[in-house]
Amino acid sequence: MSRVPAAFEPAGKAPRDGKKFALRFWSNAHSRGMEITYSIVEKFLRGAAPLFKAIGYERLEKPVAAVEASIKGALFDCRMCGQCILSSTGMSCPMNCPKNLRNGPCGGVRANGNCEVYAEMPCVWVKAWEGSKAMEHGDKIMNVQPAIDHRLKGRSSWLAVSRGAHE
Amino acid sequence: MMDMPSIHPHDLGPTPAAPLPELPEHSSRGRLERVLRRGEFAITAELNPPDSANPDDVYERVAHFDGWVDGINATDGSGANCHMSSVAICALLTRVGYSPILQISCRDYNRIAIQGNVLGAAALGVCNVLALTGDGVQGGDHPEAKPVFDLDSTSLLATMKKMRDERTFLSGRKITDPPRLFLGAAENPFAPPYDWRPLRLAKKIAAGAQYFQTQYCYDIPLLKSFMQKVRDMGLDKQAYILVGVGPLPSAKTAKWMRSNVAGVHIPDAVIKRLEGAENQKAEGIKLCIDLIQEIHEIAGVAGVHIMAYRQEESVGHIVSESGILKGRQPFRRAFATLADSEMPPSTVAMGQVGAPA
Repeated sequence: MSRVPAAFEPAGKAPRDGKKFALRFWSNAHSRGMEITYSIVEKFLRGAAPLFKAIGYERLEKPVAAVEASIKGALFDCRMCGQCILSSTGMSCPMNCPKNLRNGPCGGVRANGNCEVYAEMPCVWVKAWEGSKAMEHGDKIMNVQPAIDHRLKGRSSWLAVSRGAHE
Repeated sequence: MMDMPSIHPHDLGPTPAAPLPELPEHSSRGRLERVLRRGEFAITAELNPPDSANPDDVYERVAHFDGWVDGINATDGSGANCHMSSVAICALLTRVGYSPILQISCRDYNRIAIQGNVLGAAALGVCNVLALTGDGVQGGDHPEAKPVFDLDSTSLLATMKKMRDERTFLSGRKITDPPRLFLGAAENPFAPPYDWRPLRLAKKIAAGAQYFQTQYCYDIPLLKSFMQKVRDMGLDKQAYILVGVGPLPSAKTAKWMRSNVAGVHIPDAVIKRLEGAENQKAEGIKLCIDLIQEIHEIAGVAGVHIMAYRQEESVGHIVSESGILKGRQPFRRAFATLADSEMPPSTVAMGQVGAPA
């Protein structure tokens, strides 16, 4: 049955079925590897800050956001919230939660670990918890995340990190 | 007459609707926080809101709780079904001296609406709030509605803590007179990921939660293992945990609930016990009383939250039979003020003798 999508859900796109392979589940299962990879990406982004500044962050925004959306979209089903917290959520993108929860699971998680709203989809936060247990800095899942800034939707988190934003 | 339990003198004000006198260290002027801080086993109950604009419907329903509970939860579109609003019910209840708990569901409002409602509710005498994510709209009577979820329950707690302690809105703009609130949150120890649930409690405490009300408990071993971890982490010393309970009307309803109500876990043994009973409704009430008595014995549990959906009339019986009041008298509308309670002088004297535990 069709549903009204939450703020970050793409309309018309079926939620992931936990029984079928999806790259997002693979990335989550390899959260430690993703953590190492991202630490390299992060170093590069911070190191490239002078270069990015010289080119102009606003000029870079559209192309970088497009690259980021395609890579993270493939790996994590990224919704481009523009304030990425994947390293604090076990490499499970919280914007795939139909309630857009950024601080942990709701009370409606099914006994089989699936989502209350989408019965076939594993709870994003059950996956986040599994993923974070395998990570070196998995305890970041305990950080209280502030309310989301809806103005950043669609913007590049990579450029924000380059400019000095912290997760 | 001499044995009549009395209300603690700290729990009554000069008039029913007036805020209670301030007490040091308390973040609210509400009765629920007082009861919990005194170390008494607190009792809260859930009010099923009417589908009507008639205040008498609220007062009729709440009459079943009179003298039996320390806080009354006014649900906020629970199950994503539309009813009278939580803020309005709370305002009706504070008028006559009750201690309502304002439930705020992130499903239905953005941060502008929520913060405005929090200020308004506090102005109307509301002292307790419960921050909730909210059930998804797909399960309610308006599945075509827009799910808002601008904040989540944790960022909502942090928002209200900021409003109270830093005296600002989330935007940083100043609040001249901050809301004096006792901040609550929900927890469901009976849903996965089980090993994270105690840590989630810690996270909500870090965000501002001072008390918790849990989902229905029908599985004591699961609750015990949850509470073990909670105690190991010392969380029971940082927040008050009220465990959710409720009478099941029949085995059939219990089966329906566990497959249709989000987050409700009912073990097979409970269903079997109801099925084996001649009078299932009476057995459901007995089961609820048994559960309360077992929960009362678990270290770190500060109280119970009774959700007797469509069985509100049984709450008094459940509380009295379970023996958890231990001679204590929660607020009664007849004793709305200190002056009322002085009518039989002996009872006030008793209340003072039997003061803080």
